[in-house]
Amino acid sequence: MAPSTDSNVKDENSQVSYKKDINTKTGRILQNKKHSNDIFDVIEYLQSEKDKEIIFATNACKRVFCQLFYRGDLYVGDLPQEEELMSGDRSAEEKYRIFMRHRYNNCVELLLENMGHEAFQVKEASLCALMKFVEAEGKHPLQNLDLIEHYIFPRELLRTLVEHLLSTEEDMSLLISRFQEFLEMDDVRYYVMSSVRDNIYRVMGRNKKAVIPVYQNNVYTLLSNINVPSQGSKMKHFLVKQAYRPEEWKAGKLKEHKRAFEQMWLLFLKFKLPSSMYKKILVILHESIMPQMSDPTLLIDFLSAAYDIGGAISLLALNGLFILIHKHNLDYPDFYKKLYSLLDPSIFHVKYRARFFHLVNIFLSSTHLPAYLVAAFVKRFARLSLTAPPTALLILLPFICNLIRRHPSCRVLIHRPSAAEEPCDDPYVIEEEDPAQCHALESSLWEIKTLQKHYHPDVAKAAMKINEPLTEQEEEISEVLELSTFELMERDLKAERKTIPLEFDTATELLKSPREVLGVHFSLE
Amino acid sequence: MMRKQQTFSRGLSDKVRKSKAAPEIQKNPFEVKINRKKFDVLGRKSKHDVGLPGVSRSRAIQKRKDTLLKEFRLKDKNNTFIDRRFGEYDSKLTPEEKILQRFTLERQRTQDRKDMYNLNEEEELTHYGQSLAEMEKMTDVIDSDSDSEEKGLLSAELTATHFGGGGGLLRKKSAGDEEEEHKPRSRQELIEELIFKSKQEKRERQTQKEEAQELTEKLDQEWKSIQNLLAHKTPKAERTDETDKPKLDQYDMMVRELGFEMKAQPSEKLKSAEELAREERQRLQTLEADRLKRMMGDAEEDAVQTNTHVSADDMNDGFILDGDDRKTLAYKDGKWNIEGEEEEKEDEDGDEEGGEEEDEDDEDDAEGEDDEEEEGEDDEEDDADEDHCDLQSDEGSEDEDGQGAEEEQLCAEEPPAVSEEQKKAAQEAARAELPYTFPAPESYSDLKQLLQGHGSEQQRLILDRTLKCNHPSLSAGNKAKLQKLFGFLLEYVGDLATQNPPDLRTVSALIPQICGLCQMFPEAACKAVQTLLSDSGHSMEETLEVKGRAPMPDLDMLVLLKITALLFPSSDFRHPVTTPAFLFLSQALTRCAVVSLEDVCKGLVLCCLALEYVSLSQRIFPELLNFLLGLLHLTVSDKHNMGTAVCVCVCVCVCVCVSVSQVFLNQCRISILLCVDLIITLLCDLHREILDAIPEKPSQHAPLVFKKKKPIPLKLFTPKIVQILDYGKKRGNTKEEKERERLKHKYKREFKGALREIRKDTRFLAREKLSDVMSRDAERKRKVKELYGSLATQEGEWKALKRKNRK
Repeated sequence: MAPSTDSNVKDENSQVSYKKDINTKTGRILQNKKHSNDIFDVIEYLQSEKDKEIIFATNACKRVFCQLFYRGDLYVGDLPQEEELMSGDRSAEEKYRIFMRHRYNNCVELLLENMGHEAFQVKEASLCALMKFVEAEGKHPLQNLDLIEHYIFPRELLRTLVEHLLSTEEDMSLLISRFQEFLEMDDVRYYVMSSVRDNIYRVMGRNKKAVIPVYQNNVYTLLSNINVPSQGSKMKHFLVKQAYRPEEWKAGKLKEHKRAFEQMWLLFLKFKLPSSMYKKILVILHESIMPQMSDPTLLIDFLSAAYDIGGAISLLALNGLFILIHKHNLDYPDFYKKLYSLLDPSIFHVKYRARFFHLVNIFLSSTHLPAYLVAAFVKRFARLSLTAPPTALLILLPFICNLIRRHPSCRVLIHRPSAAEEPCDDPYVIEEEDPAQCHALESSLWEIKTLQKHYHPDVAKAAMKINEPLTEQEEEISEVLELSTFELMERDLKAERKTIPLEFDTATELLKSPREVLGVHFSLE
Repeated sequence: MMRKQQTFSRGLSDKVRKSKAAPEIQKNPFEVKINRKKFDVLGRKSKHDVGLPGVSRSRAIQKRKDTLLKEFRLKDKNNTFIDRRFGEYDSKLTPEEKILQRFTLERQRTQDRKDMYNLNEEEELTHYGQSLAEMEKMTDVIDSDSDSEEKGLLSAELTATHFGGGGGLLRKKSAGDEEEEHKPRSRQELIEELIFKSKQEKRERQTQKEEAQELTEKLDQEWKSIQNLLAHKTPKAERTDETDKPKLDQYDMMVRELGFEMKAQPSEKLKSAEELAREERQRLQTLEADRLKRMMGDAEEDAVQTNTHVSADDMNDGFILDGDDRKTLAYKDGKWNIEGEEEEKEDEDGDEEGGEEEDEDDEDDAEGEDDEEEEGEDDEEDDADEDHCDLQSDEGSEDEDGQGAEEEQLCAEEPPAVSEEQKKAAQEAARAELPYTFPAPESYSDLKQLLQGHGSEQQRLILDRTLKCNHPSLSAGNKAKLQKLFGFLLEYVGDLATQNPPDLRTVSALIPQICGLCQMFPEAACKAVQTLLSDSGHSMEETLEVKGRAPMPDLDMLVLLKITALLFPSSDFRHPVTTPAFLFLSQALTRCAVVSLEDVCKGLVLCCLALEYVSLSQRIFPELLNFLLGLLHLTVSDKHNMGTAVCVCVCVCVCVCVSVSQVFLNQCRISILLCVDLIITLLCDLHREILDAIPEKPSQHAPLVFKKKKPIPLKLFTPKIVQILDYGKKRGNTKEEKERERLKHKYKREFKGALREIRKDTRFLAREKLSDVMSRDAERKRKVKELYGSLATQEGEWKALKRKNRK
């Protein structure tokens, strides 16, 4: 016990000591220029082993340099080398400023390094301090600039910050989500977007367009956190206030924002992505990326590439394509043919089944589609339904019925009185890729007939509907889109039943019943 | 005119009231009013063709006179209620005093009466002439004659004394009692004596009555005992003996006669389930007592006896049972083909690195064995299965060896069951033997304690006895207990299946009990199975959401699904249990990842279960086909050696599946053929078999047509002829409308009638008032006239006097 308490005491002592030390030193630096060498000790703490010390020192640095900015004690303009400091004939004041400016640069470097620290608190503190510096630099620029030509913003500092934020080795998603609060500010957002673009260009160019999952994940996290406001009038929230002609500042214009946003995304999407990233992007594409772009049609390359990949990615790409076709008047050749070829048994098992059916429902809602096409879709869906689980069937069967309702010419699929009583092979060719060639209109939906003997009562009931002429009213499928097997199970479990029928012949053994199958193939021993 | 008529009618009405011979009036043409009919309808009788307005009017007037007029007369003449009881308005008296005073007054009032001959001190309250005190008793039935005696207080003697005068009595007394002749008694004395006598008489009567009652009770009791005897069916011989005994008591004779009469009833009626259960329990209780006695080690002979006895009692599963013996037994029992894999799985868990290698080794083994098998002979189904099983058991053989060794050690440690000391042996045996009664387990752990450490047969016996001891008809709480027991049992079965090695033999042994319980409480059973299904379904769904893939359900779920199939009909279109079970099967077959041979096996069990579920109802189960296809693809695409055995199983299942589910699927057929083609070198026979099973040509279908519907007939313009059942102006088509119309009509009529009545009432009142006024006026006129007359005479007299004076 004793040693531990000792160490505790020691810890506390050291804690107190470092706090006191830093506090006194910062106080002295700010009070008197004589003690400016103490800044070295404070900066030293930034490289400490202990997280708490680093954080404390970071805050101290933030305080000191902000104060210095405020006083104008940092050298403005091109910084001479430190070695030249003595040689040149400068006033002591100037020398002090140059010295402090060098310390500031050191501090910034260390803070940037600390953004790659293991401890999140350190990262967060460094990030906050740096953003504070960005703000201070914005107010008190360190460069002599022609005010008329340029608007003041510490682009360079922000660029290096973003570079460190988008690490190629480490997952920075936590820090990026912390960074989001700064992205609320319009000017920061604007300059971050442009620096991200540069960064992507540089990093991907360096890596020769190969996939870098960690980096791309970081970029994705950052990009998905960027939200361009919907209205230009809302752009009032700036980190750095511009004195001169604020209305012409690019960071204050929605159009510029949108353009920067668009360029950033397009550049990001231009490079090869891992498939999980494809899915992530496609999931958010239609609601958080496309509306914020100035010209969403530029996404067509990306979307058609994704659509051609196949599988779940294709299904997801449908959503973006749909918006392009629907809202931006995009002409996509062989869209339906491709959609047709997308239909395979896997569509019933993917996570995005509800979204897919929702979209397919929309795509096929037009009454101007040719009958052969609709018939091909219907027949294909029917064929696929033979492998579908009950939850999918509960979507599929009303959907097929709806399609036939919308296109009365497809009614021959369930009602062909002319050729009645004449048995024939199924003329439908499932291997055919082209819906025009698959002879779907000559076929009948025997599959649905088969499903009338499905084990689940609801499915069987839904399949029974094709026995009668369909009603005029379309069935709503939106409420069954998200139905899960367990929910379906609960329907039966929760239903109130008056009587529970029992098996009347009681069993005597586990594997002995009138209709034993398990016992034929397996035995207890 | 009016008045005349009134008087006329009044007179007539009086006549009518007086003379009940109405026909005279009815015949009187001046009285009768004939209601003219518009149409003469044949066969219709109307009540109201003739009316007697005068009669009815007089009746109405009379009624008004009786009611309305009386009310009118009494109008504004209120009565006041005056309480004349003593001291009611005296505020000085307290309620107690008041009551006391009243009581004394009352007593005084009664005392005043001249009822000196009433012999009872207290006045008897009566109701309809019967004493209230007597009526209150009610319990003892009093004979009618005694009643009359009681009633007639005045005996002949008394009446004689009372009414015949004192002389008669004196005379009689002197004649009766010679001993006391000297004393001339006063009347007072005589009366006292009389009173005394009558009291004595009364007391005697009372005692007599009591005795009679006692006797009847005694008789009743005796009869009861005899009845008991009769209920027990005594052997006939004994009974005859009894009757032979010469007991010619009248009473006994009577009783026996009655007894013989009772024999007509069935002495041994059909026992109800309750009684049977009670008897069973009693039997078990006695056996339990016996067992306890033996456990105490009282007598060796008893032990021997019980030995035989027990064998008679279906306890042939070994008298000496020690835990060790059972263990080995259980181990040999619980050997399913999956179990081996579970062990394997555990091994894998133990050392994950080595697991893979082992797996591959196993697969190699499998290949080797299968090759031999295929070369040796090409028996497809059972051999393949057995082969598979063998395989598994081989895999688990190392474990078996190890365990076996341990058990041997245990065996050695245990003292031998057959010892020299007979007594000790008997004790042991008694301890090992099962008790005969069991309390119903209140919790799952109770049940576990109850059943654990027994062989499968014994467990079944224990359960059986528990059920018998706690039959719901035996006590009210048993039903709930047994309902809970079902849930515990299912849980226990699940435990048995998950333990290592799974004890499926026991599960199988417990099935009849589970079935029995289920038959007893279908609702509770349904609830229990439903909760288990929904729990596991929910957990699977959750793992799917979290991990994206779920493991195959464990053996306990498989067993539960199997039991579900045994308990509930899976062929129902919709069933609260089997439909969710179907969904669970579907979920397991579609969503669960197949990563090991064990999973494959579980999947195949699920397939078999699914097949079993739909075998009667011939339904389609797409997930089953999907799963089998997936397995086939897996076997083909993977290393060839991985699962020939599995493949065989699959093919078997496919065969069965194709043959059973007659629903034909093109796609399925093609895929199977493709796969089977690929492994043709190994399985050509099987291939042929499958080809045989599948028809060569795809079957042809007729194009779909809607169900033929009855054509809707054209609208025709011929008049619609409807039979009218009720004539008259009854509007409204539906029943409700008609009813509404009817009620409306009725209301209207009633309203009119009421209005008319009210008018008549007012008219009547007005008339009465008028007549009152008239009569008052007439009176006044008369009086005025009288006064005038008297005044005139006075004046005349005065004038006459004056004239006289003048003269």
